Amino acid sequence: MPSRTPIRAGFLALALALLTLFGASPARAADDSVRIILAQLRDADFDGKTELIEKLVTLDHPRIATILKALSDSRLYYQEEGDRMVIGLGDGAEIAIEDAVSGATLGQVGKRDLDRITANNRLRSLIEDRLASLGLASADPRQRKAAVEAFLRNPDPASAERLRARLAVETETDIKDLLMMALALADLASDDATVRAKAATALGGRLQTEIRGPLARMAAEDGDPAAKEAARIALARTEFRMQMLGWAETLFFGLSLGSVLILAAIGLAVTFGVMGVINMAHGELMMLGAYTTWLVQQWLPVNWSLPVAVPLAFLVAALVGIAIERGIIRFLYGRPLETLLATFGVSLILQQAVRSIFSPLNRSVATPDWMSGTILLGPLEVTLNRLVIVGFCIAVFALLWLALQRTRLGLEVRAVAQNRAMARAMGVRSARVDALTFGLGSGIAGVAGVALSQLTNVGPNLGQSYIVDSFMVVVFGGVGNLWGTMVAGLSLGVANKLLEPWSGAVLAKILVLVFLILFIQKRPRGLFPQRGRAAEV
Amino acid sequence: MPLPRWLFSDRAGLVLLAVLAIIGVGVPVLNLLVPPDNPLHLTAYTVTLIGKYLCYALLAVAVDLVWGYMGILSLGHAAFFALGGYCFGMYLMRQIGTRGVYGDPMLPDFMVFLNWKALPWYWHGFDMFWFAALMVLVVPGLLAFVFGWFAFRSRVSGVYLSIITQALTYALMLAFFRNEMGFGGNNGLTDFKDVLGFPLHADGTRIVLFALSALALAGGYLACRWLVSTRMGRVLVAIRDSEDRARFLGYRVERVKALVFTFSAALAGVAGALYVPQVGIINPGEFAPLNSIEAVIWVAVGGRGTLVGAVVGAVLVNYAKTWLTGALPEVWLFALGGLFVAVTLLLPYGLIGLLRRREATT
Repeated sequence: MPSRTPIRAGFLALALALLTLFGASPARAADDSVRIILAQLRDADFDGKTELIEKLVTLDHPRIATILKALSDSRLYYQEEGDRMVIGLGDGAEIAIEDAVSGATLGQVGKRDLDRITANNRLRSLIEDRLASLGLASADPRQRKAAVEAFLRNPDPASAERLRARLAVETETDIKDLLMMALALADLASDDATVRAKAATALGGRLQTEIRGPLARMAAEDGDPAAKEAARIALARTEFRMQMLGWAETLFFGLSLGSVLILAAIGLAVTFGVMGVINMAHGELMMLGAYTTWLVQQWLPVNWSLPVAVPLAFLVAALVGIAIERGIIRFLYGRPLETLLATFGVSLILQQAVRSIFSPLNRSVATPDWMSGTILLGPLEVTLNRLVIVGFCIAVFALLWLALQRTRLGLEVRAVAQNRAMARAMGVRSARVDALTFGLGSGIAGVAGVALSQLTNVGPNLGQSYIVDSFMVVVFGGVGNLWGTMVAGLSLGVANKLLEPWSGAVLAKILVLVFLILFIQKRPRGLFPQRGRAAEV
Repeated sequence: MPLPRWLFSDRAGLVLLAVLAIIGVGVPVLNLLVPPDNPLHLTAYTVTLIGKYLCYALLAVAVDLVWGYMGILSLGHAAFFALGGYCFGMYLMRQIGTRGVYGDPMLPDFMVFLNWKALPWYWHGFDMFWFAALMVLVVPGLLAFVFGWFAFRSRVSGVYLSIITQALTYALMLAFFRNEMGFGGNNGLTDFKDVLGFPLHADGTRIVLFALSALALAGGYLACRWLVSTRMGRVLVAIRDSEDRARFLGYRVERVKALVFTFSAALAGVAGALYVPQVGIINPGEFAPLNSIEAVIWVAVGGRGTLVGAVVGAVLVNYAKTWLTGALPEVWLFALGGLFVAVTLLLPYGLIGLLRRREATT
């Protein structure tokens, strides 16, 4: 078989010439020059291979790095059938292969039909070295970045010179920054104490674990006092930044919990705050919203479901709310304790209805692609769904505020809330306003349910777990005050999350509840009490 | 001996006391003396069930005292009930002694399981019956006093008070679910063996517990009936109907409220303490807000502000619950929810109110 090699090489050269002649694309031409070198790899000894690798590196071809990596991992094979170099993927007697040069998948073959191209450790270290420079020199900034990051994980003083050379010509600022960091990290191992101290100072405040480790070691055991001190200061800066980042993270979690609380409470702020009606079925209206989301997802693709679910959930919950108001609550105005009991009955009925219709088990509501995963806000990594919900909460709040302040209905709602008799005398149909207000509050509960379905389990008990919390938010903020609800929700959310690392989740919740109970004793009308005569009723 | 006048003020109450006397004697007789093959024989299960109803009825009387007469809708009375139950449960736990699974003479099983080395300070003393019995009154009473004193002094009333009582029981539920609290966490206290040396599962012990429940209910009723017929009872009603006027007339409204609230909580605690040995378990689920609201609906069904109505409502609703959850479990929550709506809309004075209205018209 070896005798055929020169012939094949010659054939390829001929093909190459022909292709060039007929104006084939440069990519194909580059492919073929790689193929020619690869073809020689099979029969070369280790010295020959070294030479061939050096040749490969000079070629500008996107697959070079992959091929070299495969050779280093002993995954590069010669396949006699088809007479080509392939890269094996996976383990076992049967492996999937792809063409080494084009990357096209070629299906499964038995390992017995493949000839492995061997490599030794000298070759491997050569490949690693060349791959690093290849990455650094790559035209693709992502590959350059990956190369520097590889160095950070595994700093090798020998490559420092290459990094320095790259730094001189690098134009991308973030890669430049990364390069300087990598160089400083290399300098930490320098024999010169002043170089070490300077490098340590430059590294202060960097959060990467690859950097904190060596810095901490240096702060503990460096022989030179000045360098040691510099490392200690740098480390302190890093720790300070980490702490700040931790606080920022807690704050974000708090905001996220707070916006959930606001979403749950804001509808209540309308029915309880504006109308003075205690709606214990509020949580169950949220549950209906969440189930609406689930139903919508049965019909529509997940990515489209939420924009449809939000108005639909508003409608469903608002209709149920209006039915509750027309059927029960309107007979009980002026008797808040009875309203509380009757709506509690409604909540039990709704719970059992959902249990009977859908099942007592939790339903899983899928998260759309555009809401899953994480995103970097500066150095802070946040989950996208929580961020979306914070934004959603702001939008709902703004819309509600506009509806109450800038629409005819809002004006009438406020008028009835302030003085029912006077509003009626001015021609406001108070019964209609009551029904619509209740519908508005309930609809917002439904919308909150859509948001909740993205965070927690959707089941018949969804509403119950939020009802105490949301009442607390409304009462804490001051009844009849939307801004108060917002401030209360945010501060309770943040307080909860601040306490959590110190006391654990359940105890944090208990502490917040106890605080609220005490707070209401001190200020029965909440943070922002409503002023004027209406508040005294 | 002539009966005091206050007792005669309520004929229905006399009927209730007569009925309690009859079942207090009749049920033990039907259980112990009538042979099991006789259709009139009551099984041990039925005796315990009726005993349970009587405990609920006592809780309902406690709720009625504060809601029906004083206008405080407490959505946290189940917390006092459960605290009384836990106090007595702690006594029963200590009585297990070395008969637990791990056989530790001091520590209850769940503490051994959690690797606790010593008994927490608040568990000391509960090996003595008198101390536990005292705590059954003191712990719920003290909590109610502290809570009520602050709440009433700052004039928290109406739905605000209802909501913070609900928050109170909710917070207690979350707290008792924690293993670190030392009350058995999720599982609560159970596997009781005996009380004052008598085995809990023996027929005689059951009957005595049953009779005690009937006695406690009669006593609780009498105490509340007496209380509402005194001058202080008049003040209670005045506070319910117009708190500000009562205050302007010079009554120290918050003191009266705190006092009666405390008494009511202690009553609920007694009900819980009698409940636990009969059902054989107490766990944090008893603190659930739903339980408190259920107690309120018993009172509403029977008729609030009547005391007797509370007993009637508690027994009827619980009987319906036992029957429905057995026969048609799906329907129970619909029925309970419908009951809430129907009673508040159609029967604002409950069943007793319905009877009285009929009496008045004929």
